[in-house]
Amino acid sequence: MKPNNVILQTVTRVAVFIIFTFSIYLFMSGHHQPGGGFIGGLSTAAAIVLLYLSFGIEKVRENIPVDFKKLAAVGVFIAIGTGLASIVFGQPFLTQTFGHVDLPIFGDTELASAMVFDTGVALAVIGTAVNIILSISEDR
Amino acid sequence: MAIFYLFIFLPFLSAILVPFLYKYFNRLVHTGWFVLLAPLFILIYLLQYIPSISAGETYQYTLSWIPSFGINIVSYVDGLSLLFGLLISGVGVLVIVYSIFYMSKTREALHQFYVYLLLFMGAMLGLVFSDHLLVLYGFWELTSVSSFLLIAYWYERKSSRQGALKAMLITVIGGFGMLAGFIMLIMMADTYSIREIIAQVDVIQNHALFIPAMLCILLGAFTKSAQFPFSIWLPDAMEAPTPVSAYLHSATMVKAGIYLVARTTPIFGGSSVWFWLVTGVGIITLLYGSLSALRMTDLKALLAYSTISQLGLIMSLLGVGSLAVYFGPSENGNLFTVATFAALFHLFNHSTFKGSLFMVVGIIDHETGKRDIRYLSGLMQVLPVTFTIAMIGAFSMAGLPPFNGFLSKEMFFAAMTELTHVSAFGLDRIGLIFPVIAWIASVFTFVYCMIFVFKTFGGKFNPEKLTRKVHEASFGMLFAPIVLCLLVVLTFFFPNVLGKYILIPALTSVLPMMAISSSELKISAWHGINTELLMTIGVVALGFLLFKTAKRWIRPFRNYPQTLTLNHLFNKALPSMEKGASSLTNRYMTGSLRHYLSYIFAFFVMLLLGSLLLNYGLKFDFSNDASITLFDIGVVLVMLIAALTVLLTNHRVVAIVALGAVGYMVSMFFVIFRAPDIALTQMVVETVTTVLFLLCFYHLPKLKKDIERIPFKLNNLIISISVGLTVTLLALSANGHKLFEPITGFFERAYELAGAKNIVNAILVDFRGFDTMLEISVLTIAGLGVYILIHQRSKRRKHDETE
Repeated sequence: MKPNNVILQTVTRVAVFIIFTFSIYLFMSGHHQPGGGFIGGLSTAAAIVLLYLSFGIEKVRENIPVDFKKLAAVGVFIAIGTGLASIVFGQPFLTQTFGHVDLPIFGDTELASAMVFDTGVALAVIGTAVNIILSISEDR
Repeated sequence: MAIFYLFIFLPFLSAILVPFLYKYFNRLVHTGWFVLLAPLFILIYLLQYIPSISAGETYQYTLSWIPSFGINIVSYVDGLSLLFGLLISGVGVLVIVYSIFYMSKTREALHQFYVYLLLFMGAMLGLVFSDHLLVLYGFWELTSVSSFLLIAYWYERKSSRQGALKAMLITVIGGFGMLAGFIMLIMMADTYSIREIIAQVDVIQNHALFIPAMLCILLGAFTKSAQFPFSIWLPDAMEAPTPVSAYLHSATMVKAGIYLVARTTPIFGGSSVWFWLVTGVGIITLLYGSLSALRMTDLKALLAYSTISQLGLIMSLLGVGSLAVYFGPSENGNLFTVATFAALFHLFNHSTFKGSLFMVVGIIDHETGKRDIRYLSGLMQVLPVTFTIAMIGAFSMAGLPPFNGFLSKEMFFAAMTELTHVSAFGLDRIGLIFPVIAWIASVFTFVYCMIFVFKTFGGKFNPEKLTRKVHEASFGMLFAPIVLCLLVVLTFFFPNVLGKYILIPALTSVLPMMAISSSELKISAWHGINTELLMTIGVVALGFLLFKTAKRWIRPFRNYPQTLTLNHLFNKALPSMEKGASSLTNRYMTGSLRHYLSYIFAFFVMLLLGSLLLNYGLKFDFSNDASITLFDIGVVLVMLIAALTVLLTNHRVVAIVALGAVGYMVSMFFVIFRAPDIALTQMVVETVTTVLFLLCFYHLPKLKKDIERIPFKLNNLIISISVGLTVTLLALSANGHKLFEPITGFFERAYELAGAKNIVNAILVDFRGFDTMLEISVLTIAGLGVYILIHQRSKRRKHDETE
């Protein structure tokens, strides 16, 4: 993939940030509103793929030096880790819990261990999606 | 409770650390020193159980895993599991000390070696302490897998890979059989717990599945413990590094089958099939192993066959001991309780002397570079300490005093002669066969023990036959076998200490119905002149004679044709089986994706439509359906047009775009039916797959210009229409049935249960979090698979170009 499309590149510069912001919003709001780790992760992956499409693999790789295979593995590790953490607290594997905490700026905030698990899901989805698309596109 | 699991899972936890320790510290310290800590801690922890277990207590711990399905890691500490736990951790400590000096710090891939070894240790501990049948099965297979990895440790050698494969195939087939047996047991007793099954033994014994379950479980036990005719994998497993042979293939893993037989004796013991199979197979294995050991010239192969034969001895003793269950607490019953006691005693003894003998072979191999007795002689002069160890170990195996093997061999003879006085199971007619075979096999055992010691260490020292300059091994390497030899001798002089604290509690868990008192089960070396002692004297006399005349008879014996061995049969059968299987598979695995899709869809239709029709599932109820709006009709029309475009266009990009349109229309439906989460997901997935499609199309050949239309295919039409029909009928009939209470009510409580207002997400991450976890694991593995496949291919292509 080595395109040289000025319109696409110009649009992408702006659009990618909107998509990234939207993905983070989707991810964060997943607990109470539509969204969640899977969609958040997938739309992030879509944004990264858009970057690849418009700027080419080499350039993006210089600026986002992330090994997406490792990212996926880290995601799975986090998800399994939250499962094991509940065993340490004497609960069955993968028991999720939540509580309300009074944070200085945000006020009464709900913190859920499911959020950590969801982070793992998001990372695994981003890693795998980008990894597959990159692998296929590099195969020439 | 948590402490117990911390110790049992310690090997797994330390296995995670090993690669890092190897990477950062191996240049300074041998990684084995870190690994040593795991079995050492476990040993110290388990030793604390001895006082209370020997006082008759047992412990049960539960670690909730999937409590809603009754799958929990239930651990049970009693005499039997403690005996095995001590063996695993104790021999583990010694083997790791030995391996530190045996495995080169610089040349070997130590991180892999120790990860596999720790994996095995954890699996084995999990196996013996597990009370849950399915958990036990899981650990059982994990021991097979880790054994496979360890045998294939030097994977550059073809023989290592083949030996590993053979061991894996045989033990895993047995494992599957065992799983079937376990499932039958679970069906009969309606519980997963071994102890609850034992409590219901009256129900089980009269069940139709009793014999099938027993046969299946015995298959697992016999393959794992290398009983005849499944024993062929053990000699090939000797391709593993010697510490592994000493640990897995003589002291612990091959005893898992013995453990299983001992553990299930309260369930199956007392039946005649069990007695004949366990005793018969055991005693045949004993004879077969000792005869085959004589043919071997490789020291390690000799020990492998001797292990097979000794395992047969223990197995036959357990079979005889099962008569105690038949007779119950009576005079006869007590007589056979001694047989089980002897089995456990010999199990311990075998681990000590065979462990030390394997380490001796490792030392000889390490110092001389040779393992073949035709090249070795007179090593007594150069390896005096090793010689002493070998002599103690081998004499104990031959059943000579003052070593522990003498005691258990005497008890073995006693148990076998006792069989001639029994009138049950038709033993009054052919009971005599057991002591006779036992005696003959013991003579051969004596002969190969003498060959092991005196062919290697006796005679004249011939340095010119050896490639290296020989000198005595370092103290570190001698330490572990010396400890084992001390145990061999100490057990002879103080057998009742071991008996009281470890063996009798173990006996109580094998035969819980017997009233066992430690005063009756005294082990003593001298019983006066009786049958057993005379048998031993006969063994020594005839054995000595045979050893002295060995030169005359051993050569034709060694030339026994290879084509008549079981091993040959296996080696012939495997390739022809592979050939048959691949020719069958190639008939339908054509490599064409279209064929595969048509198989999948045809089966889909057959199964779903078939069961729908057969079970009278076609029932429509439109009363609760939402009314159809104009908007719905519009969306469906767009979908139809887009789908037809995919079919009729002869331009690929148009097809992709049309397919995307179908997907977006589906997400429109999700919006209409107020499922924003799914609509969002569908849209993002559509976007990503479109990119993926475009990328894949780069690799496809261009649609040929001259073909205007794709030829009409009737098969495809039938399949596609019937798939559509099936899905539609299924969806409509699903609404017409109300078989169960809807579970929506539970999910609506998401906020109070999971603190989430978004039900979909609560299901994904909490209620069905297990599914999600496994899904992302599969996703990641699939991603890595794509990466590897593509990179391997492009690497090969580059390789071809450069050549």
